[in-house]
Amino acid sequence: MNTKKSKYETVVGLEVHVQLSTKTKIFCGCANGFGADPNTQVCPVCLGQPGSLPVLNRTAFESSIKVALAINCDVQEIVKFDRKNYYYPDLPKNYQISQFDMPIAYDGHLTVPGEDGSSRDIGITRAHLEEDAGKLIHDEKKPFSYVDLNRTGTPLLEIVSEPDIQSPGEAYQYLVILKHIIKYLDVSDCNMEEGSLRCDANISLRKRGDKELGSKVEIKNLNSFKAVRDALLYEEERQEDILSEGGRIEQETRLWDEKRGITSSMRSKEGAQDYRYFPDPDLVPFEVRSGLVETIRENLPELPVKKIERFAEQYKLDKKDIEVLVSERPIADFFEKVNTECNNPKVVSNWIQGEVMMHLKDKATNIEGLGLSAKALAVIIKLASGGTISGLAAKDVLNTHIDTGDDPEVIIKEQGLEQVSDEGELDVIVNKVIEVNEKSANDYRNGKVNALGFLVGQVMRESRGKANPKLAGDMLKKKLERK
Amino acid sequence: MGNKTKKKIITAEDVRYVAKLSRLSLDEDKIGKFQEQLDGILGYIAQLDEVNTDGVLPTTHVLSSMKNVFREDELRESLTTEAALKNAPEADEHFFKVPKII
Ligand SMILES: [Zn+2]
Repeated sequence: MNTKKSKYETVVGLEVHVQLSTKTKIFCGCANGFGADPNTQVCPVCLGQPGSLPVLNRTAFESSIKVALAINCDVQEIVKFDRKNYYYPDLPKNYQISQFDMPIAYDGHLTVPGEDGSSRDIGITRAHLEEDAGKLIHDEKKPFSYVDLNRTGTPLLEIVSEPDIQSPGEAYQYLVILKHIIKYLDVSDCNMEEGSLRCDANISLRKRGDKELGSKVEIKNLNSFKAVRDALLYEEERQEDILSEGGRIEQETRLWDEKRGITSSMRSKEGAQDYRYFPDPDLVPFEVRSGLVETIRENLPELPVKKIERFAEQYKLDKKDIEVLVSERPIADFFEKVNTECNNPKVVSNWIQGEVMMHLKDKATNIEGLGLSAKALAVIIKLASGGTISGLAAKDVLNTHIDTGDDPEVIIKEQGLEQVSDEGELDVIVNKVIEVNEKSANDYRNGKVNALGFLVGQVMRESRGKANPKLAGDMLKKKLERK
Repeated sequence: MGNKTKKKIITAEDVRYVAKLSRLSLDEDKIGKFQEQLDGILGYIAQLDEVNTDGVLPTTHVLSSMKNVFREDELRESLTTEAALKNAPEADEHFFKVPKII
């Protein structure tokens, strides 16, 4: 970034919309899911038919409280819903049920790590619950647009940050942390491609040291965290150029053009929007009893920051290892289950980051879908570290176990993978190897230590991989050093 | 109109603005009439301002004793697409159709 030394400082605020992954919509019993045939998940309530009445989904409400607590907000005691009025064909009622002055929660923060290892708290103004709108489909060749109302009524939690973010990079980090937390809570898929996590950004510049904020520009059409960062970087530079030439920033909404890497003005509708919020008479107020909040708080899962600290303390793993393990809660849980069985954190961590993740990638699945139990992996790890099977054989056992579901021990027996760790059994092979490879044997005797590796390899070959290599090495040494 | 001296709550400009927000096209000669009527309605409601509300808690809903009406997160049958689209001024087999919006 070239603006660090500039006389302007950047002020960014983010508005994040999270679709909650409840079974049904926020105010009706229609399925809440992505990808169904158009207009198959609709009913009189979400179509806004006269006489229908919305009733709040308890799970959507409680999921929102979970998120609010996880981002350190104060959950409000009285919560109500309001109508936000505007006309657009994706909004069948001509108003969106949202929350105006009594949202679920106010006043939270997220701790966001900086590039230099320090971290900063970014304030969260509020979190409120609302319903999503439908989807418009345009066909350039047709003089009309199509409307699919399946998405109408999907529960949306909007999380508004304070204008505390100081750079595009910090905005990116904020989003990463927020998504990580929400994924841990298991209340949303947070999939930007499917729109279950959406973000609008606003940015303004002010002279360093100024108290007052500059005119802000809102940026829309941000389809990835990278897009958020790139658009903010572009906008930061654009605004700085205008300001340093004595120009003024127009308060407006601009669209990010991913292909061209620029923002462009979205022809502003004349006059500011007037949403005429008023309380929705169809929904009675909600009293959030402190007992409910405390119960939800007690049942929150361990969140990423805490888990990272505990893993460092309990398992003495490297920062890098921990980062990978806690990246997804199911992986972290799996690690802990395996380790409970075999108590060897570093080795378990290596297995998960290596073989297990490779299988996940190959099969494009998650840990639940892989068909690998923590117990089975622990058994394999124990057999390998105890010397019953070689490391290489252990990988084969894992492959076969994932493919067939057979017991690791059965696989080892059936495929004869057990290592020969019996001196008597190996004795014949070792003697033969020394005899056949006289030159290497003499090399070793004459001080060429490297020759031992070759001889061990020969023992492995002769035993078809079943010899315990450490034992083979020890036996070779003993025999060669004797004479 | 007997109360010409009384200050109007609603101006002609307000009427035009509200009509625009509501996507209504009003002929100029109707504006005076609606101004009068809307002003009457708001004037009537304004009588409430005269009530002394000291010590009365704000109310957010007329059903002040009713709270926390939830439904459980359970699936209910949706309409068929055919039924959903039936009353639409324009539709095809799968979609509502509206004038082009970009
Ligand atoms: Zn519905």
